[in-house]
Amino acid sequence: MQFESKYDNRTNEITEAPPQVSEFRRIFKVMSSRWVVVFGAIIVLLLVLTAFLAPWIAPYDPIKPDLSSTLQQPSRAHLLGTDALGRDVLSRIIHGAWVSLRVGIIAVSIAGGIGIILGLVAGYFGRWVNNIIMRIIDAMMAIPPLPLSLAIAALLGGGLTNVMISVGISLIPTYCRLMCGQVLTIKESDYITAAHVIGASDIRIMLRHLLPNSFPPLLVLITLNMGIAILAEASLSFLGIGITPPAAAWGAMVSDGYKYLFTNPVLSFAPGVAVMLVVLSFNMVGDGLRDALDPRLRGII
Amino acid sequence: MNSMLNDILLEAKNLKMYFPMTKGLLKRKVADVKAVDGVSFKIKRGETLGLVGESGCGKTTVGRCLLRLYNPTAGQIYFEGEDISKLPANKIRPLRRKMQLIFQDPYGSLDPRQSAGSIVGEPLLIHHLVKTNSYGDYRRRVSELFATVGLDPSMVGRYPHEFSGGQRQRIGIARALSCDPSFIICDEPISALDVSIQAQIINLLQELQEKLGLTYLFIAHDLSVVRHISNRVAVMYLGHIVEITNWRELYDNPLHPYTKALLSAVPIPDPVVESSRERIVLKGDVPSPINPPPGCNFHPRCPIAIPDCRQAIPPLRFISADHEVACIRV
Repeated sequence: MQFESKYDNRTNEITEAPPQVSEFRRIFKVMSSRWVVVFGAIIVLLLVLTAFLAPWIAPYDPIKPDLSSTLQQPSRAHLLGTDALGRDVLSRIIHGAWVSLRVGIIAVSIAGGIGIILGLVAGYFGRWVNNIIMRIIDAMMAIPPLPLSLAIAALLGGGLTNVMISVGISLIPTYCRLMCGQVLTIKESDYITAAHVIGASDIRIMLRHLLPNSFPPLLVLITLNMGIAILAEASLSFLGIGITPPAAAWGAMVSDGYKYLFTNPVLSFAPGVAVMLVVLSFNMVGDGLRDALDPRLRGII
Repeated sequence: MNSMLNDILLEAKNLKMYFPMTKGLLKRKVADVKAVDGVSFKIKRGETLGLVGESGCGKTTVGRCLLRLYNPTAGQIYFEGEDISKLPANKIRPLRRKMQLIFQDPYGSLDPRQSAGSIVGEPLLIHHLVKTNSYGDYRRRVSELFATVGLDPSMVGRYPHEFSGGQRQRIGIARALSCDPSFIICDEPISALDVSIQAQIINLLQELQEKLGLTYLFIAHDLSVVRHISNRVAVMYLGHIVEITNWRELYDNPLHPYTKALLSAVPIPDPVVESSRERIVLKGDVPSPINPPPGCNFHPRCPIAIPDCRQAIPPLRFISADHEVACIRV
């Protein structure tokens, strides 16, 4: 069939490539334009460095008691003083960074891994699968996270591994919810229909299309939850469930030091400030990430 | 066109698609939305069937039923002689190679996190159309597809947001072509594009049809576009086909009152003719597909309706060899 076009007939014109825009560079630019976010990122980076370099930068052994110098005030020899067993508080904080970071990463990985898979499956298959999974998640959400992780930790017994597992489990619901909501909106879009049309399997659609497209808000949640997980570990350690005694953890240090709150406040304040700073930093980085990844704010910030 | 085109590639017989409306906790069914209500048509190999109608009349639903994205409520779909309307989900995949879809919205139909090359090449991997562990084969085929639709093959690594609307639509077309289908449903492929780009895409689709021997079902609401590309045109109103004929007959001798009204709404690009032409303006709105009027569902708006029109749904009947109408008044 012939069709005389009124328009120019450049059907097979090969158009020039438009300039390439790097998503990564844009996010970096948005984030680095706010000083709180930069500040948070620096603290997070410091935490990571401290955690990995702890054995080299800590001035003293964090575990070995030195009964000749107990409960010392901050001095040049012990910048943050010593605790009831004569251990250097600064060294214990430096070594505690590794515990906090590890708990944060592992608990969030457990929560994220399980929560994201459950949410993906619930949202994608819908119907009864969605009902069963989401009702269980609703039930978990009804219990406040701290009592939940306390109960799980009590059930599994103390120790750092069990603390990580219990904190991880208590964080599952938020991931599941968020992922499920993301999937429910994305699965109606044309490109998912297109994936069905080209014959993609369910697994492929879930992993190759739904997961990458729902990732930005998950990334924000992961960052925010790092802070929450570290705080939860500190709370559990403070309550005596966390780490086994001689090892250093910030929560346990606050708990050990609060008996000397009036005579030697640095003892519990220093680890408390460390927790606060790290949690705050993770929250600020998470906040910055959210702003940078939110397409509605594109061009504003 | 010519006698070579006479074998039938796809046939829909009395196709129905009802979407249930549920209410309350127990999901009690209260009504059906009769999106497609008994549609029959045939598409010959190598031809283009235009499917027109206003929004909400069920055009897109017909397309999605043919692709088995929906499970039709009733009726048969014969594709290459085989009834595919009741195939179980796991038997549909081989079918996907032969039937493809081009979307209306070039912005929403490409995965924003997938590179253009990967979008176009994904069907090749899914259907194992390139030798596994032969990356060169895959890349060659993707570049070839890019060139076929008029895109620079060096752009395979770019992401959808870096392309213009017309370029994105070309990517969508390349994706549809990549598994070498025989039948493509074009679901309003140009209505979201600029006028100048519309012409380019239409020409591209026509060129591809000639080169690759494709068969199209071209869904549109714009009669002038359908006229350019279609061999035959089916007009839909509220889930029914009211008239099917070849495009020349449709424009020269429309019979159904709805078709006449539609054609009279097409503007004529000549101010003198435009001001003197007679327009048929329909009264009222399209009735709800949940509770369509009895009998011919066009009768409440029809200028030539008689009491008999309320009695029964008029079937499509032949007026001439290539002209079917569903109206008792013609």
